[in-house]
Amino acid sequence: MRRAELFTAVVFALLSGYLMWKSAELPVGWIPDKGPAGGAFPFWLSAAMLACSAWIFVRALRGATPESRTHGPFMDGPTVKLLAMAGGSLLVALILITWLGFYVAIPFLFVFWVRLVGRRSWMTTGILAVTVPVLTFFFFEIGMRILLPKGITEPLFYPLYQTFF
Amino acid sequence: MDTLVHLAGGFATAFEPLNFGLLVLGCTVGLFVGALPGLGSVNGVAILLPITFFVPPTGAIIFLAAIYYGAMFGGAISSIMLGIPGASTAVATTFDGRPMAMKGEAHRALVAAAVASFVGGTIAVILFTLFAPPLAEFALRFGPAENFALMVVAFATFVGLSGDDIPKTILSILFGLILSAVGLDIISGQPRLIFFDLPGFYKGISFIVLAIGIYGIGEILWTLDSSKGRVEIAQHKIGFRNIVQAIIELRKTWRTMGLCSLLGYFVGILPAAGATPGSLMAYGMAKSMSKNSKNYGKGEINGVVAPEAANNAASTGSMLPMLTLGIPGSPTTAILLGGMIIWGLEPGPMLFITHEGFVWGLIASLYTANLFTLLINLAFIPLFIWVLRTPFAILAPVIFVLSLVGGYAPGSSLHDVWLILIFGIAGYLLRKLNYPMAPAVLAIVLGPLAEKYFRQAMIISHGDVMTFVERPLSAVFVAMAAVLVCMPIYSALKRRRAAAG
Repeated sequence: MRRAELFTAVVFALLSGYLMWKSAELPVGWIPDKGPAGGAFPFWLSAAMLACSAWIFVRALRGATPESRTHGPFMDGPTVKLLAMAGGSLLVALILITWLGFYVAIPFLFVFWVRLVGRRSWMTTGILAVTVPVLTFFFFEIGMRILLPKGITEPLFYPLYQTFF
Repeated sequence: MDTLVHLAGGFATAFEPLNFGLLVLGCTVGLFVGALPGLGSVNGVAILLPITFFVPPTGAIIFLAAIYYGAMFGGAISSIMLGIPGASTAVATTFDGRPMAMKGEAHRALVAAAVASFVGGTIAVILFTLFAPPLAEFALRFGPAENFALMVVAFATFVGLSGDDIPKTILSILFGLILSAVGLDIISGQPRLIFFDLPGFYKGISFIVLAIGIYGIGEILWTLDSSKGRVEIAQHKIGFRNIVQAIIELRKTWRTMGLCSLLGYFVGILPAAGATPGSLMAYGMAKSMSKNSKNYGKGEINGVVAPEAANNAASTGSMLPMLTLGIPGSPTTAILLGGMIIWGLEPGPMLFITHEGFVWGLIASLYTANLFTLLINLAFIPLFIWVLRTPFAILAPVIFVLSLVGGYAPGSSLHDVWLILIFGIAGYLLRKLNYPMAPAVLAIVLGPLAEKYFRQAMIISHGDVMTFVERPLSAVFVAMAAVLVCMPIYSALKRRRAAAG
């Protein structure tokens, strides 16, 4: 926990530095009679963030926060596994969305969680994996006219578009 | 008198078929969202905001406000039946609600929670109706300098009153503000902070992306982490007669209800405080004022009434500064405020003049939402208890899908969906290290407004920063902000001196 606390402060300091450099692509000074230039707002906020990260780092070194006094691991084994599963499933879902579209990614999420993690019956899994995408299609695409990305499965939807639009 | 006329008009708006339908739907969805462990009003509003873009703004805000309300009622259900708070606002309800359920008095606790929520909400919305118009009229005098100073006060309240680690709170605010600066510079129109030259950053980072990341994905990760163990549902049969009897018994608690509603309302108005601290404070107050304070924590009915009256009152209270000043009083209202900007409304006092129907429709809908949530809640208590059994393995993918689709819909951009994933994971990890996330959400909503007001004030004053202290109202706000920021420093010094002897 203590190491994570110190590490996060360093990451924020580096991020602040990067943000300052990035903001400086625009003038960051003061235009007389007009106030701050375009990049000034993010630049000085990032500078303040850098100061804040230093403050957090010093407090952590001195053990001023409860987190910096805890020496146990930031996450234990089972938690890491659980979260890797959650994060991993979302990552796979996002890649699926880009490549094969939402209507492959949604059933994937249900099969993964309901069947593989939750160990529910194929029946429950199937019902959810079919009804949710169908509802999504009708609500977003037909109701709100927002076309969701379908990747290379797009041609499969042409008949549906022809029926409903 | 004027107020009554406006309110009557508001009721006419609230009872239009579409708005009324949305209200009842919102109350019901809110009850479920509030009752499901791990999800509260802010999650419900953040995840469902994108789907409101297809109804007119008045209907949309009525729907979302009803969710906000319903969730305040619903949070109590899982606090009592499962012993785990359905939302952070219902934490204090577990203290006595759970012991009551274990004693076989679940129905008394559930009814007490519902009625107290109704009373708290109603008292608060009456105060709201009385306060809002004069406050809005007063706020009409604000220029950019005052508006900017007021936002500084909002940020300062987080530093001074939230009770979270101070440097971490400040960092959270700054990070939110920087994210809000991504995109095109508002005055020169030049692109700024276009990370890795990705075109997706040109339109800026919407607050929805951050809110869904943190309150959708991040929340599920947090729940996965914290609720590995199974939870036990209190078994209880609830009939019509027990409910009526339980309502009659509540006569004894009217004093607690009234006082805690007032307390909750005023705590709710403060930008950093909101319903969670409001309900905890109310519980503390009720306990310290009670003659039998020893019973608290063992199943005292006043211990359920106090936090429930306060959290509903606070949720209404937090809408007062949102509507009249354009400063949200809680993370949920911050998201509502962001929604208003997307719907093309400029939050702040002008709303009372330019969008009368919207404002009074919302206020009237709060009265109605209160009543309907009470009725739906009492009628469907058994159903909610059944739904509480939804296994997490089903809830998680449903929230994931809503977050991904909801994140894609407003901007039709996959870039946003990737950001949601990144913010969700980062938000969860930071939360583990006690970085508060609400200030960042407030900051990303207020950031563009704050920068705009600051730069307008500078242009008006020809670049003279002293304008913020030379204008009397703005000077008052700056002084308030200074006091708020100094408060924790002062108390830390006092503690250190006390420790040194």
